[in-house]
Amino acid sequence: MMKMLSKYKYLRWFLGLLVITSALVFITAFGFSSLLEWQSPFLSRCFFVLMICFSLCLFRIMRGPTPADRAVAVDTLGILIVGFCAILSIPTGRDWYLDIAIAWALQSFIGALALAKYLEGRGFDE
Amino acid sequence: MNEIIGYSFIVIGMLFDIFGCLGLLRLPDVYNRLQATTKCVTLGTCGILFGTLVIKGFSGTGIKAILCILFLILTSPVAAHALSRGAHISGVKLWDKSVCDKYEQDRSVHSS
Repeated sequence: MMKMLSKYKYLRWFLGLLVITSALVFITAFGFSSLLEWQSPFLSRCFFVLMICFSLCLFRIMRGPTPADRAVAVDTLGILIVGFCAILSIPTGRDWYLDIAIAWALQSFIGALALAKYLEGRGFDE
Repeated sequence: MNEIIGYSFIVIGMLFDIFGCLGLLRLPDVYNRLQATTKCVTLGTCGILFGTLVIKGFSGTGIKAILCILFLILTSPVAAHALSRGAHISGVKLWDKSVCDKYEQDRSVHSS
């Protein structure tokens, strides 16, 4: 079974690439931009591209084989939310979104250090 | 003109975010995933923040974007190193096609 699957490895890679790029093009071209009454439709499509990144991180949080995977995914999710706040501050013109971004970066850093300490103290072998 | 340059920086940052999250989904190991997602910080989110700075100019928003870029560049490698060290100490195995493990050799030398 595995030999038969590895025969079509490049075909499967190509199909996966096709599906991912078609989904990205579909969402960026025909996004649900009418849901958000923003002035710039470009930034509202960036919003949906970031939503895809959030869903990938949430998938890795749900299905991480080890706790370290989940810690890495939580750290990445915090970093993505910082960029999301920076994008939100452009069309609305309010600068307190950047305050939220700085506070979220600080919180994410402290959370990552606490998770690393927790992983270190766990010690499967000692 | 400012808006075009800023939007191009935002698009570059968005592409790096997508590639970092694809690496988080597809790569086989904790350390490989960590190596992919730290690219998502330095060129992804800092690219978006730099695009915000170029669009808004040196107003209050731009100064806050500079502060956020400096803070992210200073703190995110520290967090990544601490996470990889914690993962290694907690006993997560490397991928079976990995070539060498210098940290394990270093720890065994110092402990013996």
